[in-house]
Amino acid sequence: MTYNLIQSSQPPVKNRGFLNWLLSNLFSTPANSALTLLSLLFLYWVLPPFFQWAIIDANFIGSDKSACTRDGACWVFVIQKIDFFIYGFYPDEAHWRVNLSFVLFFVFGFLFRFLPVNFIYKILVFMLYPIITYFLISGGSFGLDVVDTDKWGGLTLTLIVASIGIVAAIPFGIVLAFGRKSKLPIIKNLSVIYIEFIRGVPLISILFMASVILPLFFPEGMNFDKLLRALIGITMFQVAYIAEVIRGGMQAIPTGQYEAADSLGLSYWQKMLLIILPQALKVAIPNLIGASIALFKDTTLVLIIGLFDLLAMVHLTGTDNNWLGFDTEGYVFVTFVFWAFCFSLSKYGKFLEVKYNTDYR
Amino acid sequence: MSGDKIIQIKNLNKWYGDFHALKDINLNIKKGEIVVVCGPSGSGKSTLIRCINYLEKFQKGTIDVNGTILTDNVKKIKKIRSQVAMVFQHFELFPHLSIIDNLILAPTHVHKHPKEEALSTAMEYLERVNIADQAQKYPGQLSGGQQQRVAIARALCANPTIMLFDEPTSALDPEMISEVLDVMVELAKEHKTMICVTHEMGFAKEVADRVIFMDEGQIIEENEPEEFFCNPQSDRLKLFLQQILSHTPNTDTEKELEKCIAK
Ligand SMILES: Nc1ncnc2c1ncn2[C@@H]1O[C@H](COP(=O)(O)OP(=O)(O)OP(=O)(O)O)[C@@H](O)[C@H]1O
Ligand SMILES: [Mg+2]
Repeated sequence: MTYNLIQSSQPPVKNRGFLNWLLSNLFSTPANSALTLLSLLFLYWVLPPFFQWAIIDANFIGSDKSACTRDGACWVFVIQKIDFFIYGFYPDEAHWRVNLSFVLFFVFGFLFRFLPVNFIYKILVFMLYPIITYFLISGGSFGLDVVDTDKWGGLTLTLIVASIGIVAAIPFGIVLAFGRKSKLPIIKNLSVIYIEFIRGVPLISILFMASVILPLFFPEGMNFDKLLRALIGITMFQVAYIAEVIRGGMQAIPTGQYEAADSLGLSYWQKMLLIILPQALKVAIPNLIGASIALFKDTTLVLIIGLFDLLAMVHLTGTDNNWLGFDTEGYVFVTFVFWAFCFSLSKYGKFLEVKYNTDYR
Repeated sequence: MSGDKIIQIKNLNKWYGDFHALKDINLNIKKGEIVVVCGPSGSGKSTLIRCINYLEKFQKGTIDVNGTILTDNVKKIKKIRSQVAMVFQHFELFPHLSIIDNLILAPTHVHKHPKEEALSTAMEYLERVNIADQAQKYPGQLSGGQQQRVAIARALCANPTIMLFDEPTSALDPEMISEVLDVMVELAKEHKTMICVTHEMGFAKEVADRVIFMDEGQIIEENEPEEFFCNPQSDRLKLFLQQILSHTPNTDTEKELEKCIAK
């Protein structure tokens, strides 16, 4: 038997269009209507003055303070100092090295996405990226001049610290999560102690410890790079949170899945790596992204141990005698940059969720 | 060990904490035999068959599966699990893997078969359970009945000598039960050893060589199906049969059984 499909027709006028959307979403109940009106009032109070300041009355063109009329924002400050914000004290003539590694990120991202090879090989290929970047930015080989890490700064430093912290913490976090679920008491207890200790301490104190205590473990006179100390501290911090996020993901997998894997004869590691971990990671995506965003913002604390990230650079340029009194513009700019990166991370998380969704429910 | 007994259970006792879940179970199963286990909820049916592939540990007694005596030894457990396949009440397909990947997982990772061979075997079994066209989909896209048929195919892919079924149809909507039972009847005709916990008495009567009734952790009665249903010995079994049939008098076989109980 065959059926003729009926053409779908538009819903009745009452149920479509902008007006209906307004009615059903913003004015559905008296309380909702009141909230909507209050929010509109708030936006009316905040937005127009901001736009007046940031765009209409703002100065964009010029090369020094004299270009600023002071009626609104003076973006000349940000434009003049932008190299400083992006590269810190990294030598001008070597800026291309930073730019190139930024471009390479997208090249490798593209390779990762489209190379027709096994996932494991993709990861191996992608691992080349930090290595290449390291040689490119720090120099010392291939005829590139050495640039000491205390010259690194600004947005470059923020991105280096954040991305290494975020990425390195995931494999270690997985190991630690397995540790916490281990049946061997020593491993389990050590994992619990580590996680609970780190989570009970603010990042600032971990950074202090990393910069003060870590060198004590190494022979006197050995120069232990400040940036490396910060990276170790930040990763150690992040690992504890990631481990908990992944453990939470594992907790969400029903015991039936473990039993099905067992009954098929899979070994413990096959069961964990092929069945439990992929599902746990999938469940954990929103929280992994949340923890990564939190870390991205927390990288601003490296100022405490004398590293100049984006925020610190803005703070520093604000004290430039030629540009006194323009911190506001600087901080608004920093806010926007941080928001842009965190928002992208958040969108990337959503993309991953959709990509790996196989539940269809 | 006598030749044709593939499973020998002696004095099996199992406790969950203080709770005595299995009491002195003795059971021998012949190669190719099809055994149906039934009994009220909480009587220990699942526990019993889960002991056979060591999903549950037990405290006393021995289980000998095809010449291997079950202990904590990882190698022995693995050996037994590669011969004993299990089908669960809630299917337990791996939701992050496509149907075909679910099927080739154990053959490629446990039995180390080459991928091509595993794929072609998997497709054969999918055809036998009538869902070859769904091979590339994910479990979440299939109906319950389809998922359970995939689960049966997955269990078969490892070419087990023994199949365990734990209430394979009780999580399904009524209209999907028969599609799964049909597959199981087909399997039964091939005389793979099957132990099946189910309350589908029609299925039991049609294919079982023996039906076992459990209550409170003990085997109360066992018999060939005809005798089991028409001539129950213990009062507990009589009561149980009446209760269960009054709930599901819908298939022809069950109606016949009803008559036979009424006699
Ligand atoms: N993990 C456990 N911990 C404690 N008690 C358990 C556990 N699993 C099962 N039991 C108890 O053991 C008894 C037997 O359980 P089992 O699951 O084998 O029953 P069943 O016959 O399969 O019942 P059903 O028909 O409801 O599936 C029940 O009383 C149950 O409460
Ligand atoms: Mg049960």
